[in-house]
Amino acid sequence: MTPVLEVDRLSIAAGGRRVVEELCFGIAPGEALALVGESGSGKSATARAVIGLLPPGLAPDGGEVRFEGAALAANSAALRRLRGPGIGMVFQEPMTSLNPAHRIGAQMEEGLALHTSLSRTQRRDACIAMLERVGITDAASRLNAFPHEFSGGMRQRIMLASVMLLRPRLLIADEPTTALDTLTQAEVMDLMSGLAREHGTALLLITHDLGLVARYADRALVMQHGRAVEQGPAAPLLDHPREAYTRALVDALPRRGVARPTRPPSAPLIEARGLSVTYPKRGALFRRAEMFAAVDDVSLAIHPGEVVALVGGSGSGKTTLGRAMLRLVQSASGQLLFRGADMTRQSGPALLDFRLACQIVFQDPYSSLDPRMRVRDIVAEPLRLPAGMAMAERHRRADAMLDEVGLGGLGARFPHALSGGQRQRVAIARALVRDPAFVVADEAVSALDATVRKQVLALLRDQQRRRGFACLFVTHDLGVVEEIADRIVVMQGGRIVESGPRDAVLDTPAQEYTRALLAAALRRPGA
Amino acid sequence: MLGYVIKRLLVALPTLVLVAASVFFLMRLIPGDPATVILGDAATPESVADLRVAYGLDRPILMQFALWVERAAGGDLGRSITSGEAVGPLILQRFQVTAAIVFASVAIAVLIAVPLGMLAAWKQNSWGDVAAVAAATFLLSIPSFWLGLIFLLVFGLWLGWVPVVGYVTFAEDFWGALHYIALPVATLALIETGVLIRMARASTVEVLRLDYIAHARAKGVPEWRVLARHAFPNAFAPTLTLIGLIMGSLLGGIAVIETVFTLPGLGRLLVEAIFARDYPVIQGVMLFIAVIYVVVNLVVDLLYPVFDPRVTAG
Repeated sequence: MTPVLEVDRLSIAAGGRRVVEELCFGIAPGEALALVGESGSGKSATARAVIGLLPPGLAPDGGEVRFEGAALAANSAALRRLRGPGIGMVFQEPMTSLNPAHRIGAQMEEGLALHTSLSRTQRRDACIAMLERVGITDAASRLNAFPHEFSGGMRQRIMLASVMLLRPRLLIADEPTTALDTLTQAEVMDLMSGLAREHGTALLLITHDLGLVARYADRALVMQHGRAVEQGPAAPLLDHPREAYTRALVDALPRRGVARPTRPPSAPLIEARGLSVTYPKRGALFRRAEMFAAVDDVSLAIHPGEVVALVGGSGSGKTTLGRAMLRLVQSASGQLLFRGADMTRQSGPALLDFRLACQIVFQDPYSSLDPRMRVRDIVAEPLRLPAGMAMAERHRRADAMLDEVGLGGLGARFPHALSGGQRQRVAIARALVRDPAFVVADEAVSALDATVRKQVLALLRDQQRRRGFACLFVTHDLGVVEEIADRIVVMQGGRIVESGPRDAVLDTPAQEYTRALLAAALRRPGA
Repeated sequence: MLGYVIKRLLVALPTLVLVAASVFFLMRLIPGDPATVILGDAATPESVADLRVAYGLDRPILMQFALWVERAAGGDLGRSITSGEAVGPLILQRFQVTAAIVFASVAIAVLIAVPLGMLAAWKQNSWGDVAAVAAATFLLSIPSFWLGLIFLLVFGLWLGWVPVVGYVTFAEDFWGALHYIALPVATLALIETGVLIRMARASTVEVLRLDYIAHARAKGVPEWRVLARHAFPNAFAPTLTLIGLIMGSLLGGIAVIETVFTLPGLGRLLVEAIFARDYPVIQGVMLFIAVIYVVVNLVVDLLYPVFDPRVTAG
């Protein structure tokens, strides 16, 4: 049988440098191939080259791509006609992959109008049927909605629906669920592989996550620095990786650490009592806006030295609770106690002491560091208060801290000269340089590649063991918390629905929601 | 929608009062007495005093302000001290000249600059792009009065295509009016084109990087349609804000252009009034300019959701 896609010694160049080097692979009809690798491995460039949509700056540099036996010339009219009905593509970022200026019905219909002779009503019916298939309720009226009226997961479903409407023979999915929380990720992936199977569509899945490969791919191709490292049926490849790099990727999948002995009961370090945070819903003219409770009457105590994982899907209120516990957002009601003192309405020196003792590591290492400050100054900044420490001393401590997080000698750089993982280390160094008593890590490793994530998690865990700060680790990924949490708190709809020691929650979850989260978490196959 | 418009206009009221008050009191700080200016050499202490009484200039300043605000609220902006004309109709009459030039030049600038900027972005870093950016930078670096004078010299004096001095209204002589405003419109349009090309190009470059453009291409949408349908509305929204700002500032006065081309516009009215210490005219014009800003910004805000449905008016 002719393969749907054959990539024959494909090379891609950026400037004079090759980012993909003589890559060869093929996909049979209906087969699912995963292209696995970390940022910069050339996997996305490969996917874009197949459909002829390389971003500016990248260009094919030899080799051939054949679709159903015919060679594809870049920028040809034939390739354009193939896009859609032949090759469909689902993009990573649900927030930007649908055009905000057009209704979703119009966007879905566009491909049908271009490539089929269906009438307007037939197109509309096809859109409705496909939306219903991907689980959008009330599809007929939702056709008139704009993308911003949907959540990230919904947008990714709509994207998938709009691509699958044309029944492509090959579907390219470029990190389709990386931007989604674990639960939504599993739903969208199940939907995608289900649809591909129904239509006999071959799937080229681009991912950095081996967990996805185990579940959704027939075969896998591991890429590093633009070259194929290892290629073969997915399950054996994951169980018995031959190459060291593949083994490193497999090892980076989260694994449960040894539970620490429960500590003797002590007074809580920080405690939320009946805390609520509310936001106004959109109000009408001259009328008081209704309030929406992002965090609804939550009580949570964290003890000195304890690592608590706060888990939940998007919109569960976990990030808001994390911020409210640092008083970065003002609570509407309830109390926040730090070392027994009420911080809820505190101001002046007492609030400053609280702020100095509590730190945060943000999710996005690209926007949480000031691009105009050198790394050393970023890390030294928390030492400026209270005033008195000489600049030389601040810099000495910042350098020592940078050494500890494995960035020795990089203090004079600016953030843009660092990789994502290095930036997150800077953020961690900045949070720890004052020896805080309490650190909130808000999805601190979610934006990182699997192997880098593993290293940054290990760094956080080692620092926590050594310095003994209490930590609230906010995440949507149960796989991550397995490694470091002492206790797990599950949030849903602004409330805590389950809470307990890590092993108890993971092994015998009491709530349906927790079980769903667990099922969706991508863990080491067989573990 | 209507509620939103009314609310916006109500919110603008304090702005207008503030403008009125600051203009009124700042004017009084300028040295020179209108009575002496009007009477010139013929001024005697008695005649100056008489004139001051006639124009209410002898009353306490707060009372003058209160009186003016009261009348202005009723639509009466007073009478020009120098010519005796009613200020309201005078402003409207002069504004027609300015508005015709501004609307025409901004419309032309948008029609040239937006497609050009988008094409430049589409072919980013090509020679065409570089040429467009260079031309834009050149255009926006030229002082408007200089360009105006060169146009007058070339098209008015040397080629004799258009009259050099004067103005007729569109009502009097449509084609004649076109001749008179052709050069000022061309001058302004060229300069604003420079600004707008850069803006349209920058926002299109931003938009073309986004996934929904790649998504459109991945559906097999032809390039012209990608630009027209997928890139344009998103790239035009930020440009619209800039167009609003340009309209506001131009409608408020293109005194330099009006002076170069001797057009009886709003900007020249204001400048003449300042020299003559014509308080009622200055106050009226300034208030009118503030109203223009409020209205133009309101129109932009109302148009914005058309291009970006994420923004809702209200």
